Amino acid sequence: MLQITCPYCGCRDETEYSFGGESHVSRPAPDAGDAEWSDYLFNRSNPRGIHYERWQHRFGCGRWFNIARDTVSHEIYATYEMGDARPDLPGKADN
Amino acid sequence: MLKHALGRSQKWPPAWRDAMPAKHYDVVIVGAGGHGLATAYYLAKNHGIKNIAVLEKGYLGGGNTGRNTQVIRSNYFWPQSSAFFDRSLQLYEGLSKELNFNVMLSQRGILTLAHSHHELEGIRRWANAIRLNNIDSEIMTPEQIRELMPLINLDCRFPIRGGFIQRRGGIARHDAVAWAYARAASQHGVDIIQQCEVTGIDARAGRATGVQTSKGAISADKISIAVAGHTGVLAKMAGFRVPVTSMALQAMVSEPVKPCLDTVVLSPVIHAYVSQSDRGELVIGGGADIYNSYAQRGGIPLLEETVASVLELFPAFSRLRLMRQWAGIVDVTPDTTPIMGKTPVEKLYISGGWGTGGYKAIPAGGETMAYTIAEDRPHPLIEGFGLDRFQSGALIDEGAASGVAH
Ligand SMILES: Cc1cc2nc3c(=O)[nH]c(=O)nc-3n(C[C@H](O)[C@H](O)[C@H](O)COP(=O)(O)OP(=O)(O)OC[C@H]3O[C@@H](n4cnc5c(N)ncnc54)[C@H](O)[C@@H]3O)c2cc1C
Ligand SMILES: [Zn+2]
Repeated sequence: MLQITCPYCGCRDETEYSFGGESHVSRPAPDAGDAEWSDYLFNRSNPRGIHYERWQHRFGCGRWFNIARDTVSHEIYATYEMGDARPDLPGKADN
Repeated sequence: MLKHALGRSQKWPPAWRDAMPAKHYDVVIVGAGGHGLATAYYLAKNHGIKNIAVLEKGYLGGGNTGRNTQVIRSNYFWPQSSAFFDRSLQLYEGLSKELNFNVMLSQRGILTLAHSHHELEGIRRWANAIRLNNIDSEIMTPEQIRELMPLINLDCRFPIRGGFIQRRGGIARHDAVAWAYARAASQHGVDIIQQCEVTGIDARAGRATGVQTSKGAISADKISIAVAGHTGVLAKMAGFRVPVTSMALQAMVSEPVKPCLDTVVLSPVIHAYVSQSDRGELVIGGGADIYNSYAQRGGIPLLEETVASVLELFPAFSRLRLMRQWAGIVDVTPDTTPIMGKTPVEKLYISGGWGTGGYKAIPAGGETMAYTIAEDRPHPLIEGFGLDRFQSGALIDEGAASGVAH
């Protein structure tokens, strides 16, 4: 069971949240071409290591936020607001 | 067998040769799961290519092939999927003979439940589509279901309104499938190299030339990736991205009991399925954990949900203890159809995106990948399964028909 800290409500069990997939995926220009659009729509970095991802506190305040989580140990290294830049995590390379 | 039994089973000869890597192979396959091993076997048998290595970072069959719940069926919705998965079922039907190894195929039927009027309508459409694809499927009334499995609770929280069954579906022993293909491939001269992790893929001018491994560099004319949950990791080594999310899918078994359930039963709505193994254990599965994971263990919330669903269907099972629970890392694609064929790198091939349902696909997956590698063009059965569909938009959305994970 993950223990996730909502920036607005505090630490709660995984079951109060929904997962929103990879964060920081930005939409290409309308005329960017099929390859770029296909990459945006379907491809994900899916790292074995640090994953920057969105969660929603669905059964709490309802708000979205980001976390940086290790996909092997499931350890959460950072929690930050939507719209914030990806935090630097020195020494925590993704592999 | 009698001789070995008298010798207390101490001296069984190994079924395959544990090899050390040579410097060069015609074909290197990464991953000794069912798909990698079957591909090696059919390459040797159907295409006469003998200089093949299968590289495995752990032990043979230690990935999802040895962790799954063994369900085999071909009741898919789209014609491309039907044709492929039914070919696989047909190969399963002859597999024990083909490989001279009892894979314990048991075509006990697989029943899919409907819990509401609307779902029953959906299932009728699905069952009819399957029949139009020339694959057996029968609608069942609640009374017929009760007759088939007397222990079922038709009046559970989401009462059972009916279902449909594919009688040719069932289960086969997963370890036996891996071992059978390994032995047969080994007999054809294929090198199976365990404890050999691929750490890099070498390419020159857009063409794959070899792999870096924990046992040194190996050059190869052709390379094929069959690593399930690690598909994205290997693609990254080769410099391209894939539409795959790796997630933990779990399964569990109860303590063994006398025979009480002789059909596989699944419910897409309450997200659980159960069958009884030949050893008497109830084998239970459900959905995947909701977040990306490379940790081979499942989360407790999903385990609870899955068990609760199964106990709604079969209240009598609440008396049993769970013996084991485990997980495998599955590689899920956006349309739940596998990714098979060529890649942006020449002479590099891929068989992945098997997600929660690639065990049933092992024989046809191996057969069609072998063709694809040997001929350097996709086998007709998998033409629609290429990476290019994510650009052309020709997705094969089996999300609905795949229903529950298995
Ligand atoms: C709990 C569970 C239940 C399932 N139930 C069903 C079911 O009922 N029916 C069904 O059809 N399917 C089911 N599946 C899915 C099915 O098990 C898989 O789709 C299928 O086994 C995939 O086979 P594979 O050979 O591609 O992968 P695997 O068997 O996972 O083999 C891949 C191998 O690659 C190796 N590898 C990874 N990285 C490297 C590397 N860098 N170098 C060398 N080797 C590497 C791994 O160690 C592994 O042994 C289930 C899966 C799970 C986890
Ligand atoms: Zn909150």
